[in-house]
Amino acid sequence: MLETPAGPPGGTPAPERAHVTIRGLSKRFNNVVIYDKFDFDIPRGTLISVFGPNGCGKSTLINMIAGLIPVDEGEILFDGKKLSEIKFGYVFQNYREALFPWLRAIDNIEYPLKVMQVPNVERRARSEKLIANLGVKIDLKRYPYEMSGGQQQLVSIMRALIVEPEILFLDEPFSALDYEMTLFMREQLQRVFQETGTTTVLVSHDLEEAVYLADRVLLLSRHPALVADYVRYDDARPRTDATLSEPEFIRVKAHCLDVFQREVRKG
Amino acid sequence: MKRFDPLLPIIGVVGLIVIWSFAVWGQVVDPVLLPSPTKTFWALWKGMNGGALGFDFLKTVQRTAISILIAAAIALPLGIVLGSSERLYRSVEFVIDFFRSTPASAMFPLFLVLFGVGDKTKISVAAFGAMLVILFNVAYGVMNARKTRLLAAKVMGASRLRVLTDVMLLESLPQTFIGLRNGVSLALVIIVVAEMFIGSTDGLGHRVFEAQQLFEMPDMYAAIFAAGALGYGFNLLFLLVERRFVHWSGK
Ligand SMILES: Nc1ncnc2c1ncn2[C@@H]1O[C@H](COP(=O)(O)OP(=O)(O)OP(=O)(O)O)[C@@H](O)[C@H]1O
Ligand SMILES: [Mg+2]
Repeated sequence: MLETPAGPPGGTPAPERAHVTIRGLSKRFNNVVIYDKFDFDIPRGTLISVFGPNGCGKSTLINMIAGLIPVDEGEILFDGKKLSEIKFGYVFQNYREALFPWLRAIDNIEYPLKVMQVPNVERRARSEKLIANLGVKIDLKRYPYEMSGGQQQLVSIMRALIVEPEILFLDEPFSALDYEMTLFMREQLQRVFQETGTTTVLVSHDLEEAVYLADRVLLLSRHPALVADYVRYDDARPRTDATLSEPEFIRVKAHCLDVFQREVRKG
Repeated sequence: MKRFDPLLPIIGVVGLIVIWSFAVWGQVVDPVLLPSPTKTFWALWKGMNGGALGFDFLKTVQRTAISILIAAAIALPLGIVLGSSERLYRSVEFVIDFFRSTPASAMFPLFLVLFGVGDKTKISVAAFGAMLVILFNVAYGVMNARKTRLLAAKVMGASRLRVLTDVMLLESLPQTFIGLRNGVSLALVIIVVAEMFIGSTDGLGHRVFEAQQLFEMPDMYAAIFAAGALGYGFNLLFLLVERRFVHWSGK
């Protein structure tokens, strides 16, 4: 266990219990330093959007947290526990290649439970509960290739949620969808977050989306990535289209854009 | 007009028969070398219904089927093992590619020494050729499994074995079927050639060869058509099985 983890850099006065603590994280690719002794805390039950210049290391960060790529140095703990001791969900940008085309949508969703050797009956019960909670009305008996992009990504998200993860990672989950679908999926994600309160890390390249969905926006600098700013956005949920024209939203978004452009110019 | 589309393939067949008939009627080719379509199909019909052709046909089916079964039984597990470790595959890739490029017919003398003049030689050369083709395709199918899909299984906590059985195996199926189809075509070619020249008393190759020697041209053409139908049938069979079990292929 870590004793008294340091608060998030550029943090806020309100004490929040850290869910994920990242300490001394270093990563390089072919001698290019992406992270150098990076420290960060992700508070429990919040939705954090990660935003930053292209290639600054957003994906690398969540992939290291989710154990998809090894870290060179440093430690990432979840409430003091290792990744292998917790349940987490990961949603890939490329849903077409992340789902299993040989399984029906419903079996894709239940697959993580199968891996965990949950009996058939309970698997069904849990997926039915999830479907009801999310108010999903699409036909899940179909195969992924018979569904629209948005429906497939929704299936991916449900597959990540079925294990009732402690933490949910999404790497640009909507960037392959058309605008209408993206809007719909944002609402779905907001709903999921409201229903479950799962700690969520969302990488987004769309600043409006990043702010709209977030409790906090983590702005990264060009690599070696540092926390350029860590911005709070506290507007009540559910947020709606009206939110987009509220002064506070506009202020936060403008501030993030400022920081972002400052970082881009530095490069 | 669209609803006649399924009939389009028939046009080529009818066209061929018409040209053939005119060639015979106009005596473009020596009538002894080119019998009429009716004579040929009559020979085919008679041969397949209780004639020697039917027996030879079944013999060839049997040999090809056995060789493809042996080839698949070796190549499928081996291909999966080789494909699941890229370094392992790279270390034997040259050997596989080399023998895959070697004409299988060049192996007959060697296998004759090993197995003597008989079915064993024919079947083992065909199995050898088909095995390499299937092996290569299975290994590539496994190696080229979508990285995201493997990662997805991994983040869901799947063990290495589970990733292999639940993801890599299924990912490799479309490519595996390509290997099976190519393998069965090659096996048939080798079997028919072997039946012609490696002291055979039966099989389609033997039938074609014998009919030619005895100058029974309608019988020879009939046997050729039977061999063609067999090759086409094997291919179609694998295609249907693939469409049934690998429904996601190409989607
Ligand atoms: N496997 C790898 N090998 C070498 N370099 C890599 C590898 N993965 C990422 N990089 C490099 O590390 C840097 C960070 O990559 P990362 O994918 O994390 O960026 P990102 O912030 O997600 O970018 P994007 O906005 O394009 O998604 C980039 O400069 C990239 O070129
Ligand atoms: Mg990225």
